[in-house]
Amino acid sequence: MLAPALIWWAIFLALPMGLVLATAFFKGGAYGAIIYEPTLRNLGRALDPLYVGVLWHSVWLAALTTAICLLLGYPAAVYIATRASARTRTLLLVLVILPFWTNFLIRTYAWIVLLNREGVVNGALEGLGIVDEPLSLLYNDAAVVLGLVYGYLPLMILPLYAAIERINPEVLEAATDLGARPLRALRTVMLPLIIPGIVAGCVFVFVPSLGNIPVPELLGGGRSEMIGNLINRQFLTTRDWPFGSMLVLALMVILMALLVLQSFVLRRSRQVGIDG
Amino acid sequence: MGEPRRPLLAVYMGALFAFLYLPIAILVVLSFNDSKLATVWRGFSLRWYEELFRDTEVLLSIRTTLVIAIAATVLSIAFGTLLAFGIERYTRSPALENGVYLPLLIPDVVTGIGLLSFFATISLPLGTTTVIIAHSVWGTAFAAAIVRTRLRGFDRSIEEASLDLGVREVPTFLRITLPAISPGIIAAALVVFTLSIDEFIIAYFTAGQTVTFPIQVYSMIRFGVTPEINAVATLMLLFSMALIVGAYLIARPRGPRAARPGEETE
Repeated sequence: MLAPALIWWAIFLALPMGLVLATAFFKGGAYGAIIYEPTLRNLGRALDPLYVGVLWHSVWLAALTTAICLLLGYPAAVYIATRASARTRTLLLVLVILPFWTNFLIRTYAWIVLLNREGVVNGALEGLGIVDEPLSLLYNDAAVVLGLVYGYLPLMILPLYAAIERINPEVLEAATDLGARPLRALRTVMLPLIIPGIVAGCVFVFVPSLGNIPVPELLGGGRSEMIGNLINRQFLTTRDWPFGSMLVLALMVILMALLVLQSFVLRRSRQVGIDG
Repeated sequence: MGEPRRPLLAVYMGALFAFLYLPIAILVVLSFNDSKLATVWRGFSLRWYEELFRDTEVLLSIRTTLVIAIAATVLSIAFGTLLAFGIERYTRSPALENGVYLPLLIPDVVTGIGLLSFFATISLPLGTTTVIIAHSVWGTAFAAAIVRTRLRGFDRSIEEASLDLGVREVPTFLRITLPAISPGIIAAALVVFTLSIDEFIIAYFTAGQTVTFPIQVYSMIRFGVTPEINAVATLMLLFSMALIVGAYLIARPRGPRAARPGEETE
């Protein structure tokens, strides 16, 4: 029963990954050819400050997106899990998920309509006489982060909600009854219990943000480039597949480091849960 | 976290939903605007919808996307259901249990590039087939995860009763197990179908010259702001809402034969 899916994944997931790994250490030839000669040239090139800079910029924007999603999503998850009645809870959850089911590109496009020089926001600002000249709201880091937050916020709220909903409210009441102030109760009782939800939400938001292509392309307009755009160009424009593969490898290394960090945090939180 | 904070949090929820829905709502309103400019309202009109339905490129891309989504869903459900059964019933390997979710943790750009390299190496021409294969790779993981949840809530004693009464394994599976887990399978199918319709990055790398609907939308957006996209957005929103309502109606427990409490919550 396991065989069909596992064979399918071996062929169309494991083999392609292995291929990318191998290609990263071959030479790129003219016209997109791959010369099957082992080399470390691509690794050296990827370590060039120019490319390390783009990588760092991508990690930074994805981390910022994740942090903002956590800040925005946490109060919402608390509200849905603890303040809403069972009926409204379902409705609120559907309302949170619904935008996520509309096409991601269209949701990104909505921000172009809002923020471009002839867009809705500039029109409103000029109409109210707040600005004389349209503002350049698009094509910067802030627009990219805004687009990513807008796109992935539901992926943060849902796991947070699931974690908070599982907590027995009496545990918190016990803490406050025993004299803990609300903030302390939150930190020492609630936080350890919802860390798995926080970690899951952060991974769900960080991973697609880091590897995103359309948002930095459409809202960053080449001025806020991320690793995905770089990879895209190596494969479809410059056609240097070995170097592109090395960049994919770099992305994978970052994500693996993240997963190690994740399991570390989860193990720590479990220990805290047992000890205290 | 007492009563006094309640209004503040409710106001926050309002603001959050405004943030989530206003951009989409503006697209819906603008799709009926006679003017090409987003800042000028020149009256109600259906002209962008008319243009959309005359746009053969868009219509063709929708057809392509539907074909891909249906095929990828069928493959994913077949592989995913078998995988879910295999893991729930015949193994207790934690590595495998967690490994099932691995395809969901790989960024789309990595999956897309990997498959592009692979298809190029084995000289499989890019097109509808390659996108179907690509989508079934993560579709299988989603299907397995959703069907497993349903299987875990399934009371096996009903199955055992059927076997004890002398019904063979295959009829027992078809008449007892399958109907019991079918809401899970249908939910999984709807999720995979919706995600496939929406999927852009992997399709972008594995479609070659074939244009799926998201790829079409992408090139329209890159070409420039046109109200035709607003019409597309409105129709897609309606479509997704219909799918969600449909999924809810199918998956919700019904009448006296409803699932016991706890079964639906996971």
